[in-house]
Amino acid sequence: MRLAYTEKQKAFRAEVRAWMADHVPAAPLPSFDTEAGFAAHREWERTLNRNAFSAVTWPKHLGGRGLDLIEWLIFEEEYWAAGAPLRVNQNGVFLLAPTLMEYGTDEQKARFLPRMAAGDDIWAQGWSEPGAGSDMAAIRSKAVRDGDHYVINGQKTWSTRAVWADWLFGLFRTEPESQRHHGLTFVLLPLNLPGITIRPIQQLNGLPGFAEIFFDNVRVPVENRLGGEGEGWKICMATAGFERGLMLRSPARFQQTARQLVDLYRANRESADADPAIRDAVLKSWMDAEAYALATYRTASRLAKGGQIGAEASTNKIFWSELDLLMHETAMSILGARAELMAHAPDAGDIGHWLDGFLFAQAGPIYAGTNEIQRNIIAERMLGLPRA
Amino acid sequence: MDFTFDDQQLAFRDAIRKFLVVEAAPEMLRGIWETTKTGRSAELRSKLADQGLTALSVPEAFGGIGLGATDWVMVQQELGYHGIPDSLVDTAFLAVWLLNQLPASVELKRAWLPRIAEGRARVAIGHPINPLVADAEAADLLLLWHDDEIHAVPPSQATLRINPSIDLSRRLYHVDWTPSAETRIGTAAIGAPLWQGLIDQAGLAVSAQLLGLAHRMLDLGVDYAAQRKQFGKPIGSMQAVKHHMADVAVKVEFAEPVVYRAADALDSGHALRAVHVSHARLAAGEAARLAARKSIQVHGAMGYTWEADLQMFMKRAWALDATWGDRKYHKRRIDQHILADAAPLGPQHTFI
Repeated sequence: MRLAYTEKQKAFRAEVRAWMADHVPAAPLPSFDTEAGFAAHREWERTLNRNAFSAVTWPKHLGGRGLDLIEWLIFEEEYWAAGAPLRVNQNGVFLLAPTLMEYGTDEQKARFLPRMAAGDDIWAQGWSEPGAGSDMAAIRSKAVRDGDHYVINGQKTWSTRAVWADWLFGLFRTEPESQRHHGLTFVLLPLNLPGITIRPIQQLNGLPGFAEIFFDNVRVPVENRLGGEGEGWKICMATAGFERGLMLRSPARFQQTARQLVDLYRANRESADADPAIRDAVLKSWMDAEAYALATYRTASRLAKGGQIGAEASTNKIFWSELDLLMHETAMSILGARAELMAHAPDAGDIGHWLDGFLFAQAGPIYAGTNEIQRNIIAERMLGLPRA
Repeated sequence: MDFTFDDQQLAFRDAIRKFLVVEAAPEMLRGIWETTKTGRSAELRSKLADQGLTALSVPEAFGGIGLGATDWVMVQQELGYHGIPDSLVDTAFLAVWLLNQLPASVELKRAWLPRIAEGRARVAIGHPINPLVADAEAADLLLLWHDDEIHAVPPSQATLRINPSIDLSRRLYHVDWTPSAETRIGTAAIGAPLWQGLIDQAGLAVSAQLLGLAHRMLDLGVDYAAQRKQFGKPIGSMQAVKHHMADVAVKVEFAEPVVYRAADALDSGHALRAVHVSHARLAAGEAARLAARKSIQVHGAMGYTWEADLQMFMKRAWALDATWGDRKYHKRRIDQHILADAAPLGPQHTFI
């Protein structure tokens, strides 16, 4: 065990810090769930990519820097501490990309990854369906082989960022009679194909952050298949592991929120101190954000020595989603009657972002597989308890 | 940056684990408590010494191995997991640390460190943060606080009164003794920082044991839930029961690296080691309390009985959680850190 950074790691941190100081937009970008905000965030992805900062762990020839996971954590720490924007392409960069690296052909990697890094293709996720949320084995949308194409019919829903995204990755049933997790195939497709209809769904904040996607005889070339036909489940499970685990929710983001929460508490000490439960919650928020970072460093170290991500990805998902809720509920308590103000309310000042975060935190225990499903996974795969 | 243990440390942990599974099974622990006055077994202690545990942090110059907190932490976890009723940690980790810090001129150091390393001496420590002295009667030497001075007192010069604890393996004594120039081995100037530092060393040992205890209670709950049938099926197949155990697993998973970071901070003399230790105490305590709560629930009425092994580990956890500083104490240390002006908080300060 050596919990200290090397000189090389320190130098990289200094480089990222300096670059962020020069490039992070001075004012927060508008929400990427608006058309203008989406465009502004795409521009930020391009800016990042100009310094190969869009996806630092990718190989250099695909647009990355070939860095290891510890360096990625350092990058993320500087990224969030600098107040840099949310990544509009997180579905692509943090979910699809690791999956492509593992299961994609060289052609597919070269075709998709550099454009993803550059912000030219922003990706949405096409897994959930009206009858298949956490139970993805209930997927019914079909992709039927017709020569060198698949013909897709069906419907996806809760597809985050799909309103303005360029591409979709999703699971489709390629064997019409197949059941559950058999006969599913992982397909990549552009969202502007004929036969695709996208209907925005307003989220709690009133913005179209989700979409329903309808497929009516949409033709997709077979070369857009990721992995083998019928291997979709296996591949999708690997992606889900990335989603619950390391990449999507880097600890730095929660540490930054915890830091802001401590600041908020200090600034409102007189009113907040009247309720010892608030002080306790602030303390716990800070400790848990630290704990999440430490656990991630430990996992990164283990992976560096050849270890694999296992069921602990499910413990991660529960931990960060509950931490996010705790932090934002605590902030709401500290803000009292001001907590209800929307970010653009003229009297909100700089507190409105807490409400945005509070709303977003409500979704944490639901997306990426509900926390109830994660608890089942932990009980059955990590602890070995019998299935029902 | 490397947050993993090396092969040697893992092999040592595995060896201790195998040893304890065989030599310290729950029925044996019950036997020790019920048949001995001190609650301690000379035979078990001598076997622990044979494993090298009593010599672990004694410097090589005094016949030991000279290792640090990071080498201890997984061992302490195993001692917690197996509920070892022994003052090993107090003697071989805490007393050794305290004696080691004394000036070289202190004769006592040369006299006791080699004996401890060989497993021939037990030392009990009276610290003002604890109301009573653990294991005073089984000790060959008492190291006691008096106005920040350090005193070494032979048990024969003290009057002891035992105070039964909810945990039968805890032997807590009120100690009456008279400080004198002969017993004093460290002045207040020497003692003050050492008594303070001892809280951190002990805090790590307690955290690691709590973590081991949490893990044991989780395992006991899982085993019971997998075997016990109700309504024609194992209760562990029911989602409500599964979720109890999953919640404990999450707590343990995220307390462990906090405890390991505290160990590293002690070894490296990190400026924030006190904060890291208090964090470890709170995280491990929370995991252990939740494990106790959930495991007794899963055990049903069985968990409320003397005969289920769960009770031994549950009671140990409840007792340890408030020793060497209770929750208020450790929360206050973290408060002082995060609420200080210009506190290094946020993503750039995980390790620096």
